[in-house]
Amino acid sequence: METSSHDILIIGGGGAGLRAAIEIAELDPKVDVAMVSKVYPMRSHTVSAEGGAAGVAGKDDSVDEHCYDTISGSDWLGDQDAIEFFCNEIPKELLRLEHWGCPWSREPDGRIAVRPFGGMKKMRTWFAADKTGFHLLHTLFQTSLKYATIARYDETFATRLLVEDGAVRGVVAIELRTGKIRAIQAKAVIIATGGCGRVFPFTTNANICTGDGMALAYRAGAPLKDMEMVQYHPTGLPFTGILITEAARAEGGWLLNKDGYRFLQDYDLGKPTPTPVLRSMELGPRDRVSQAIFGEFEKGRAFHGPYGDYVHLDLRHLGEHKIETRLPMVRELCLKYENIDPVREPIPIRPVQHYMMGGVHTDINARTSLNGLLAAGEAACVSINGANRLGSNSLGEILVFGARAGRSAIETVRASGSGNETAILAQARDEERRLEENFLHKTGGAERIAKLRDEMQRAMESGCGIYRERNSLVASANKLRELRERAANLAIDDHTRTFNTQLTAALELGYMLDVAEAIVHSALDREESRGAHQRRDFPKRDDQKYLAHSVAHQAAEGPPRIEYHPVVITRWPPGERVYGR
Amino acid sequence: MSDTIILEVARFNPESDAEPSYESFEVPLRPDWMVLDGLNHIKDQLDGSLAFRWSCRMGICGSCGMMVNGVPTLTCETLLMNYAPGPVRVGPLDHFPVVRDLVVDLDDFLAKLQKVRPWVVRKDDFKPAREFIQSPAQLESFHQFSLCINCTLCYAACPVYGLDPNFIGPAAIALAHRYNLDSRDQGIEDRLDIVSRHEGIWDCTVVGECSTVCPKHVDPSLAIQQYKLTATKEWFKSFLLPRGKH
Amino acid sequence: MAQYTQFQPKAYRPRMSAYWYLDQWHYLRYALRESSSFFVAYFCVLTLVQLAALGAGAGRYAHFEALMRCPLMIIINAVALAFFLLHSITWFNLVPRVAMRQMLGRPTPDMVSSAPNYMVWFGATVILALFFLGVL
Repeated sequence: METSSHDILIIGGGGAGLRAAIEIAELDPKVDVAMVSKVYPMRSHTVSAEGGAAGVAGKDDSVDEHCYDTISGSDWLGDQDAIEFFCNEIPKELLRLEHWGCPWSREPDGRIAVRPFGGMKKMRTWFAADKTGFHLLHTLFQTSLKYATIARYDETFATRLLVEDGAVRGVVAIELRTGKIRAIQAKAVIIATGGCGRVFPFTTNANICTGDGMALAYRAGAPLKDMEMVQYHPTGLPFTGILITEAARAEGGWLLNKDGYRFLQDYDLGKPTPTPVLRSMELGPRDRVSQAIFGEFEKGRAFHGPYGDYVHLDLRHLGEHKIETRLPMVRELCLKYENIDPVREPIPIRPVQHYMMGGVHTDINARTSLNGLLAAGEAACVSINGANRLGSNSLGEILVFGARAGRSAIETVRASGSGNETAILAQARDEERRLEENFLHKTGGAERIAKLRDEMQRAMESGCGIYRERNSLVASANKLRELRERAANLAIDDHTRTFNTQLTAALELGYMLDVAEAIVHSALDREESRGAHQRRDFPKRDDQKYLAHSVAHQAAEGPPRIEYHPVVITRWPPGERVYGR
Repeated sequence: MSDTIILEVARFNPESDAEPSYESFEVPLRPDWMVLDGLNHIKDQLDGSLAFRWSCRMGICGSCGMMVNGVPTLTCETLLMNYAPGPVRVGPLDHFPVVRDLVVDLDDFLAKLQKVRPWVVRKDDFKPAREFIQSPAQLESFHQFSLCINCTLCYAACPVYGLDPNFIGPAAIALAHRYNLDSRDQGIEDRLDIVSRHEGIWDCTVVGECSTVCPKHVDPSLAIQQYKLTATKEWFKSFLLPRGKH
Repeated sequence: MAQYTQFQPKAYRPRMSAYWYLDQWHYLRYALRESSSFFVAYFCVLTLVQLAALGAGAGRYAHFEALMRCPLMIIINAVALAFFLLHSITWFNLVPRVAMRQMLGRPTPDMVSSAPNYMVWFGATVILALFFLGVL
């Protein structure tokens, strides 16, 4: 077994991981930082973000207003101290990106341009056309190349955190190219592995979003927070689930049912106006808009297609010039994947799983409850997103908390002594044995990976979709239990060391089953409706009992143990969420 | 029309094979399936050992470039239907070492990307308190070259790279050009040292295929030819004003 | 055969065929464009020979003309002309690849940037034709 060691190890090479790496390299070039990523960093899912990143920019705007929008957007489940810190930091981070070369879209006078976004009372979303995530990721990746001190393990798949004496001391990972199993030791480990959308069948998330880091932390003893909070984006293309950015509505797009009627007015989201009004109608928050579309499905006022019901997103009145300059990718995606031109035809869309508000439980400094383990980005839950994230807050989150995780990790390294290397390496060898026996040398087994994955995804959609209730959640939980047992009997017929993607698919399935279980049980225990978590059997928000974060601990046997931690309320007492009036 | 199509897929296992061979699979031919959907059908239903890279399935992560009927193609945005009635031949990208099946070794490309210094270089210490002012026209001047997704289709299309692996190549040069044109950057001279060597821009003989296959219309060939003009101008400048600081 | 030693897989390194330019029409067109420069050089030399003959007196020039009338030379020159035309057209079409296309503040279409070349070409041809036809 090959071993190496670094001061800080970052798992995940997306926006949060790269931002952390750069922060560390800039703050202290003597700190030895390494990054493990199962894909080349510029392939990470940050690349798919489209609309933009919110940060107070205009003179008519204030940090307090951004805070309030985020807090009411979160249905008061976000921690207000974290949100205030976030809203203060984000403009500085976006400016830093500008100095690093991010091609932000501009006003005619050469200043940064901002656009409106759902649930935001002011125009404050910075954007690079509708490829903001792409430009942000490539800018970060290219900037990271400047620092010789950042070591990279590209296409290296993490399988286990090494924990010794209550502290995380490194990771075991498989180098895909060679199949070599490595023990990489570190005094601090940052999890920046993104989300887990692939536990759902219909998702905007890339194939790599399998909750790896969430599961690694969960298994190592760090709990997962608010996992029941699963965001559905209102506008995904049917069949593929490809995201049509919220910016399409921010630029003035309309949502229409089969009668050509702007139905959001029936869902307490305001009155229709020809031009977009902030925090109203199509610029409502994602949870409410997705629920409204679902409502149209139930009322039979939607179109029926081969891939389920859908409604229309109409951009025709924006004209070709605006679509071409502000939303070029939307047009490109529609032409390629739906064979329609949004300049001439409305776009068929349906709500699609998009984002996990929940994640590894961290404090405001990105520290988890395990010593030496930090987390940032979608993999983490600070929480600034509470029960519903506002569009364009996630790109900000990966920057602010990626950098914060980097800072905290340096402090951890400075304070940490050396661990018991013998014990750590013994643990790594255990993991090597597990990988060889259960996967690489495994013969027999009858279950196909794809079949189990498919059944898991269907169980998650039927039990844990936009609307939930006790019976469907219990059925899903039982199904997941059954799938975990069957997963022990997987058929692995690829015993090649070199680039074994069947091995990684099997390991990813294991991660997803763990994360799915945390989602279902957290949803089962929260007997209220709040933000993205809508219970048919408990349709009201219940601040008496549930103004609290759910925190799921993995149990040795049986379902996870769910605890509740109070939400941090500072200046904004819980109130009604008002949109469009 | 038949409702299935034959995919002939390159197989290579370095632990047992000396060279790649092609294996045929019959996959459903559906109107909205991309070539990638066909490959995933093989992996999920027929042969789980097939190795290929893919992630975003929306043409932005750059993972799934392969040779489809001899042409470098992003498989996630190319309809299987385009190749009906088949068979369709899917192989690893040309000109790169093959790691396994459809997976190629990209180390060389990543090293070249780093070599051209693709970041904002400032010679002065100027850091504006706000953003750098950049007019929409200044943004437009480099924007096209900032759209590269590093899919490396252009390398697979470039016979010069195939014949001379030292050639820095289309995507890396286009990226260097992107930073040169950015009004915030002052690194043009640093990059010239690397890019204007023989194995840089002067290796390019304007085949132009890099721009034809580019899925994001970056037009790396244009970048290289523009770079040649810049390099010539800089050469004359250094000739007329030796070591002169402007 | 490549030997696999554990954890050190031997990547397969494809070699380009010596006839790679026959694989695709694009590559063949490129190869033809590149080889056309041979005929361009030939044409230049021929023009020099013609000028030399012209300077050497009427007898030598008549001899040159006689040589040009032989079928083999006509065939060679016809082929050379075809390549010369190909050369001109492909290089004119490359102009937009080389020149900055930022006229009028936005990218100009390819045809617009190569049009001046064609116009100059056409103009020169007309003037020469008029000259040879004795109009000028």
